[in-house]
Formats: sequence, structure tokens, C-alpha cells
Amino acid sequence: MEILHSILPELIRIIVCAVCGAVIVFGNALVMGYAERKLAGHIMLRPGPMEVGFHGVLQLIIDGLKLMGKQLVVPQQANKPLYMLAPILSFAPVFVPLLVIPFSDKLQGFDINIGLLIILAFASINVLAILVGGWSSNNKYSLFGAFRSVAQNVAYEIPMLISLLAVVFMTNTFSLKEIAAAQSPVWFVIVQPVAFLIYIVAMVAETNRAPFDLPEAESELTAGFHTEYSGMAFSLFMLAEYANMFIVCSVATVFFLGGSSGIPLPYFEYSGAVWFLVKVYALMFFLVWIRWTYPRTRFDQLMNFCWKYMIPFSLVNLLITVVMVKLI
Amino acid sequence: MKSYFSELITGGWSLILGLKVTIKAMFSPIVTVQYPREKIEITPNYRGHIDLVKDAETGAHKCISCGSCMRECPSGCIVVEGEKREGVKGKVLTVFTLDFTKCSLCGACVEVCPTKALDYSNEYELAGYARSDFHYDILKRLEERE
Repeated sequence: MEILHSILPELIRIIVCAVCGAVIVFGNALVMGYAERKLAGHIMLRPGPMEVGFHGVLQLIIDGLKLMGKQLVVPQQANKPLYMLAPILSFAPVFVPLLVIPFSDKLQGFDINIGLLIILAFASINVLAILVGGWSSNNKYSLFGAFRSVAQNVAYEIPMLISLLAVVFMTNTFSLKEIAAAQSPVWFVIVQPVAFLIYIVAMVAETNRAPFDLPEAESELTAGFHTEYSGMAFSLFMLAEYANMFIVCSVATVFFLGGSSGIPLPYFEYSGAVWFLVKVYALMFFLVWIRWTYPRTRFDQLMNFCWKYMIPFSLVNLLITVVMVKLI
Repeated sequence: MKSYFSELITGGWSLILGLKVTIKAMFSPIVTVQYPREKIEITPNYRGHIDLVKDAETGAHKCISCGSCMRECPSGCIVVEGEKREGVKGKVLTVFTLDFTKCSLCGACVEVCPTKALDYSNEYELAGYARSDFHYDILKRLEERE
């Protein structure tokens, strides 16, 4: 009985966190899938999905059902175990970063002092999943997509880490909660505008979205690394992509936009999540907006931009931050 | 070194201009027409298949059953028949059919008509299930067009 009393609250907490994580992943994919298509439509002076439900709100549910009902085709020459592993490897790690994100002062899975490291470590598993998927499909389009993804993600991880490191130097902690709390008077987007810009660009590249969607460049590689995937395996890749968007936008919110701070609401320890989600979805809207604005970069341009601009700028920014922190 | 920074600034500025273009487009009205539910007024210059013109004064067609259109038609897809009736001057039109499966929409029948009784219709929804759906009875269409 003693043990039960000590374990039970923690057990309930684990279950609630797991359920909330799943709700966020699937709910976010539904909302963003619909918003993306709707916004894409309006940018092109079209209405977007209109047929299923009022203004097509049920479109994504129907699409999900369709994908679930579809056959999983495995190419004959594919490496079957790896081929089936790749979507799971892409989808499963997205739950862990959600646990350490502070949605408000009290709404957080668990606060650990290496929160940032956990997020970055699990976010980069996605690259491995893409490589495995592209390799095992035994298709040259898939393989090219996978190689591009690896080159791109390895390159853009560096400026991303360095720009976040500038904030870490200022706050002296890896805990996301404390970083969010450290920006109570001014958000870090004002103190660290260069780091914020670099992070935004790197985040688009890390999530493999346009204009840096070379791993799935449909005009050159049909669908890139997921050319051979169908049905639920394909939709796991899509779910992971949208969940990764949510995670990188959450990190941007925590690091640069003050986390859950905002106009006080009643029960702010919990209701701060409203402001948090507003900021996250504003960033997501920005991601969709640039996707339908910019054409895809060429691969050498992509690499040049990273190694010639992003990395030097982030290093100089980090150096200036360190000197300023030391002086003040 | 100079071009390094100037490229960054001009490039960055062009990106912002691009964002401005798309956000303007996002809030401008949609141009899509939900076709089966909404229809656009078709231009009067549209050349559909032929139809008999309704005379504004008498309310009847102006065809005198001369058969010029039938003879002029290069595809031979028009059939016109008329008969003499007691007390009526000239012939009375009894049959006017168009085999639209053969019609090439050349418009020779409209050009040749001495009384300008023929004109192009605005019909553009021309799907059918069988070949017989395209054998139009032009005279019946005129009666139905009340």
C-alpha cells in the first residue's frame, strides 16, 4: 500500500502525458494538414478543400481513413525489415520531445535540466529514419532523396545548435522551463534577432520543408525518400513531419518568443498554454506561408547558403554573445 | 567581400517582397467557380450547335422549309421536311433534326439561311450516355424553349 501511494500519482502522470502526446501529434497533423491545404488554396486564389463538411473541415479525417484502408505495398527488391522499420523509426521519436516542452508554467511532462539536448537528440533520429527508408526502398529516387536529406540535415544542424547555444549562454541552463522563465521582461527575439533568424531558416531546412524540401523534390525525385511508401507507412512519415514542425516551432517559442508568457488569463499556470499555442501556430503559419511563396533552392545553393552564411554568422553571433555575457 | 554582404541584403529584401506578394494574394477574393453549382454567363459569341431563332413579333420560327441548310451541310447531318397545308402560304416545317455526332460546327447552315432562321445556341454541357442522345430535334427544342 505504501508503494502504491508513492507510485500511483507518477503512474497517472505518465498515462496522461502519453495520451496528451498522442492527441497533440494526431490533432496537430489534422489541423495543419487542413490549414496547409486551405492556405495554399487561398494564396493561389483557390478555395482549397470545399466538399467534405463545412468548407471541407472533415477532409483530413476522410484522407486519414483512406490511407488506413490502403494496401501496404512492399517492393520485391526492397529490404523488407528495414523498409517496415523506417516509418516507425520516423514516427516514434516525436513523442519524447513533447514531454519536455513547457506548454505553460505547470503543463509540462517533466522538467529535466537537459531538456534541449533531449529534443535535439530525438529530432535528429528523423534523419536516420529517412536514410533507412530511402536506402531500403531499393529505388534510385528514394536513395537520392535520402542522401540529400542527410547532407542537408547534417549541414543545418550546426547553425541551429549554435544559434540556440547563444541563448543557452545567456540563461546558463538547458532546462526549457527556466529558459522560458528567463525572458520575463524582454523576449530573446529582441536581444538575439540574428540567432532567431538563423534558427528559423535552419528549422525550415531541418523539417525538410519548402524551399528546402530537396529530399522530396517532386519535380526531380517523384516523391524522394517516400516514393515507394503507401498507405499507413506513408502517413506515418507525414505525421512525423507535422509533429516535427510542431516541435521545432515550440522550441523557437520557448527560446525566442517567451514561452507561455502573454496577457494574464485566469489560472495562468495552466491557461498560459493558450498563448504558447498561439505563438506556435503563428510560426507554423509562417512556415506554410514561405512554403507557398519561395521556389525550391538548388542543392549547391542550399549548401553554399549554410556553409557560407549561416555558420559564420551564427559563430560570430555566438562570440559576441559570449563576450557580452562575460562583460555584463 | 563586398558582394558577400550586398547579395545577402538584396536577396533578403527580395524574400520579403515575395512574402508581401503572397500575403496580398491570400486576402484577395477567390476566383474559383464551383462549376456544377455555379455557372458563368456564357459569351453570346459562343458557337454551339444550331438552333432555330424565335421571331420576336410572331413568337414562331422563321423557317420556310427551303432545305438550303440541308443541302449546304458538308456532313449531311441536317434533315428538314415541310408540307403544304390548306390556307397557309408557303410550306409548314414538320421535321428539323440535327445529327450532332457528325456536325463539325462549320456554320455553313447559318450562313446560307435566306430568312436568318438559324443561329448558334449557347449549349455547352454536351455529355450523353448513348449516340442517340446527340440526335437533336431542333423543332422540339424551339417549342420547349418557351
